[in-house]
Amino acid sequence: MAGLDKRVNTYEEALAGLTDGMTVLAGGFGLCGIPENLIAEIRRRRVKGLTVVSNNCGIDGFGLGVLLEERQIRKMIASYVGENALFERQLLDGELEVELTPQGTLAEKLRAGGAGIPAFYTATGYGTPVAEGKEVREFRGRRYILEEAISGDFAIVKGWKADHFGNVVYRHTAQNFNPVVATAGRITVVEVEEIVEPGELEPSQIHTPGIYVDRVILGHFEKRIEQRTVRA
Amino acid sequence: MALSREQMARRVARELKDGYYVNLGIGIPTLVANYVPEGMDVMLQSENGLLGMGAFPSEAEIDADMINAGKQTVTARPGASIFSSAESFAMIRGGHVDLTVLGAFEVDVEGNIASWMIPGKLVKGMGGAMDLVAGADNIIVTMTHASKDGESKLLQRCSLPLTGAGCIRRVLTDLAYLEIDNGAFVLRERAPGVSVEEIVARTAGRLIVPDDVVEMTF
Repeated sequence: MAGLDKRVNTYEEALAGLTDGMTVLAGGFGLCGIPENLIAEIRRRRVKGLTVVSNNCGIDGFGLGVLLEERQIRKMIASYVGENALFERQLLDGELEVELTPQGTLAEKLRAGGAGIPAFYTATGYGTPVAEGKEVREFRGRRYILEEAISGDFAIVKGWKADHFGNVVYRHTAQNFNPVVATAGRITVVEVEEIVEPGELEPSQIHTPGIYVDRVILGHFEKRIEQRTVRA
Repeated sequence: MALSREQMARRVARELKDGYYVNLGIGIPTLVANYVPEGMDVMLQSENGLLGMGAFPSEAEIDADMINAGKQTVTARPGASIFSSAESFAMIRGGHVDLTVLGAFEVDVEGNIASWMIPGKLVKGMGGAMDLVAGADNIIVTMTHASKDGESKLLQRCSLPLTGAGCIRRVLTDLAYLEIDNGAFVLRERAPGVSVEEIVARTAGRLIVPDDVVEMTF
């Protein structure tokens, strides 16, 4: 790791500096495009008391679900619990602090966090429990609530291809939250399926410019499918 | 007879228009994609970042990196585009989606909708539903008219935590198609063979029954 070469060789190096009580932002939607090896490394490091920001929390036994099992997460900021039974149980038991956040608001909070915007107004959630305790303001006859940006100590991201500068492209809908998460970490770590030579990625096609990225690591991915649906 | 899930999807599909961008929620709304009228071109938006959702893949086409908002494996149709979650919700929040179809636990006469949690019992999370109902003008809610215990889901006032306030104007249930106007449900159509009396009995919120309630045909 020197100059603009962001490559690291081990997952231990990739998450060096991650300690108890930190906030970790994670890309992915369901199990699609999740940084599965970085999550496994968080588990291996046994760090505790984390605040994790991710649209979902994996499933029982895979993805962020394993960090729930190990009781490493103190607080979860997510939009959807869905079918994750352990998440739902820890939430209902009050064991896990959960801030359920509308999906679009979550994406925008991360975008704002990465873009230096401290807060924004949105109509989403007005008149619902999400609005409790938040400033309300009227613009052009409609009411909006003030939502604050999110940033984190670490952002963990799953890309498709990257070069050593940390320029990243995502594959299909594995993009999802990854680009916004990548902008909002104090240290952003991207794991990819392929590291390519500088110049191989078309500059105008890059999703995440390298300026946002601190570490790049080559990984191998299981890519588990949550709902395998085929046409008849 | 109450409408089947497929009949509900077919009824909603009649609200599609050529050239629409449409977001379909999980469950019955997803089935609407199967009944797009012949010769009509609509583009389906999936909030995980896909505009132009296609059919389910063949076994050979299955790709873990290609899913819809229900986390099902899908394909992208010609003309599709793929983008980040922030971009996806800019489309939704910015009012660019022409029609949104989603499920609910309850709706009420003020156009309030509850769909994401039952305190102490069930927490699904709101996912994108709060953004969708806040960002869209044109929303159809699909749900059963009453719970399995026979409790009406069309209420004077929602009892569960809200997903959105004052944003719903059209509801399709397994018994009826209703509009919400001026603090009341207005019965517009009834399911084949379902009497107005049955709908009245199963609607807890204020209900207006015009003289010209149409019986749906399939």
